[in-house]
Amino acid sequence: MTRKLLEVNDLKIHFKTYAGVVQAVRGVSFDLYEGETLAIVGESGSGKSVTSNAIMKLIPQPPGIYAGGEIKLEGRNLLPLSEKQMSKIRGNEIAMIFQDPMTALNPTMRIGRQITEVILKHQKIPAAEARERAVKLLNLVGIPMPEKRFKQYPYEFSGGMRQRVVIAIALAADPKLLIADEPTTALDVTIQAQILELMKDIQKKRKTSIIFITHDLGVVANVADRVAVMYAGQIVEYGTVNDIFYNPKHPYTWGLLGSMPDLRNNVNEELRTIPGSPPDLIHLPKGDAFAPRNEFAMAIDYEEEPPMFQVSETHFAKTWLLHPDAPKIDIPEAISRRIEGYLKEAQVNG
Amino acid sequence: MLRYICKRLIYILMALFIIVTATFFLMRLAPGSPFASERAFPPKIEAQLNAKYGLDNPWYIQYKDYLVDTISFDFGESMKYKGRSTNDIISESFPISLTLGIEAMILAVGIGILLGAIAALYHNKLPDYLASTIAVLGISVPSFILAGLMQYFLAFKFGHFPVSGWKGFNYSILPALAIAITHAGFIAKLTRASMLEQSNSDYVKMARSKGLGKWTIVIRHTLRNALMPVITYLGPLTAGVVTGSFIIEQIFAIPGLGKHFVTSITNRDYTVIMGTTVFYSIILLFAVLIVDILYSVIDPRIKLKGAKK
Repeated sequence: MTRKLLEVNDLKIHFKTYAGVVQAVRGVSFDLYEGETLAIVGESGSGKSVTSNAIMKLIPQPPGIYAGGEIKLEGRNLLPLSEKQMSKIRGNEIAMIFQDPMTALNPTMRIGRQITEVILKHQKIPAAEARERAVKLLNLVGIPMPEKRFKQYPYEFSGGMRQRVVIAIALAADPKLLIADEPTTALDVTIQAQILELMKDIQKKRKTSIIFITHDLGVVANVADRVAVMYAGQIVEYGTVNDIFYNPKHPYTWGLLGSMPDLRNNVNEELRTIPGSPPDLIHLPKGDAFAPRNEFAMAIDYEEEPPMFQVSETHFAKTWLLHPDAPKIDIPEAISRRIEGYLKEAQVNG
Repeated sequence: MLRYICKRLIYILMALFIIVTATFFLMRLAPGSPFASERAFPPKIEAQLNAKYGLDNPWYIQYKDYLVDTISFDFGESMKYKGRSTNDIISESFPISLTLGIEAMILAVGIGILLGAIAALYHNKLPDYLASTIAVLGISVPSFILAGLMQYFLAFKFGHFPVSGWKGFNYSILPALAIAITHAGFIAKLTRASMLEQSNSDYVKMARSKGLGKWTIVIRHTLRNALMPVITYLGPLTAGVVTGSFIIEQIFAIPGLGKHFVTSITNRDYTVIMGTTVFYSIILLFAVLIVDILYSVIDPRIKLKGAKK
């Protein structure tokens, strides 16, 4: 097995608001190996972006509070580090790719300078050399005429090209960990595919580990090695891509997979949705946070939070359905049909 | 760019024409005359005076005269101060107001932006409350009270500065401060609001994720983008400040241009009213033009209409 790069243990992030304390992340644990891609999926407000920002310690404090847990990068806990120590890690060891390339670049600064400033911040090299490397990076991320583009402003780039620039900036100091926060959400589908290809390609070349935040399960199937499904600030299911797509155990995962649009098979069926909406993270319900929306909820779901049950060596799920005493409930047939259709489709498309 | 500026110059001329016209008719609407005083002149003398200054002509002749004056940039003799031309009054007093105004603007911009940046950077923390309090105090305490307090404490009690007069750089510090503090408060408020808005944007978060330090981000990234509203406010403000402040010049006994804006009107000194108005308008219109050009320098996305791409 390759080396473990990142380990997150029982991470808790709270936000103080006037209405009360929002428990945005409630005890998240996962790990990430070198060269691996972990996808974190979930609805809006499930805490996936907060988790990713927390790893870089980009949560503004106040109102954010690191309420507990640890984030270990190569064995070193990041939480007690000062801003100054963190600034040596940000951009250098961990870099981030933002969701919206239209706003992630400084509109009044030339592209070249936005790349070289990362290099110059973290490496003691002359400016001319940084410039050379920036041009090479632009070339690497597939921007034609990098010499000319280097001197241009962001408004002279299209959305897809800007996202390539954002990726180039993230790669500038050669980080070990790349956090991609919905990097393709703001792009149209053809550009999405190009950006995903680019990221996969770069990962292969550089052995970078990637945390991929998304709500698009199609993207997950395409890029991820492992998947963590988040709901209401917790990881509810965790496993390899095969575990999650072929053998999902948590009813929420079933719901997510079942609500993927299917354009070829089962076209006559209505689009499935998960009823209800995510819980209020200030006043959390007793027991399992997902219980009110869960059609398979049992009495105990309203009483006690389920523990993480181990399904296989790589596969974990947080649902009482996996308890030995629970009635044997399998994934509903309609949903599994959908997933099958979807996987078939994915295979055809490669 | 050149085409754009030419176009704007034509607009400035049009604006000046409208200003001259409006000023002329407003002057005529106001009752009284430059020669009115408690002891009325004998009618014969008044008629002579009116004839000398062309005030007995029908309004369209007078209007034409003013237009010609404005175009030739010679506003004629003051009707109140015998033997002094309006041009002399402006050219004597404007350099003084200009010096004072530039000093005040440097102070106002420096203090204002610094306070605003600190307030935004430590949003809702002690430095923010401190900076915001100073800014609000600066805005709400009138400049003449500030001037009086400074004269009393800094000049009279401790003797660090001269109380009043205009005989060198030392004399300009207190009045410049008195003018600057109000404006610095406004600039600080504007900068703070604009910086906070920018701080929530993705590119600032991105700059943080690059590992840049707090102040590096402010100076390199946030400030430049946050300055647009400040620049907008600075244009007209500069025009106002460099043409002098009546109140401050009175308090510190500075022979600047500011008092002429007020006294010429109370004196019904028609030529000086027209001269100062046109002069102020020209400065204001050019300040606005410079602001518009500055926009495109600060933000490359803004292209001046008619300018070369």
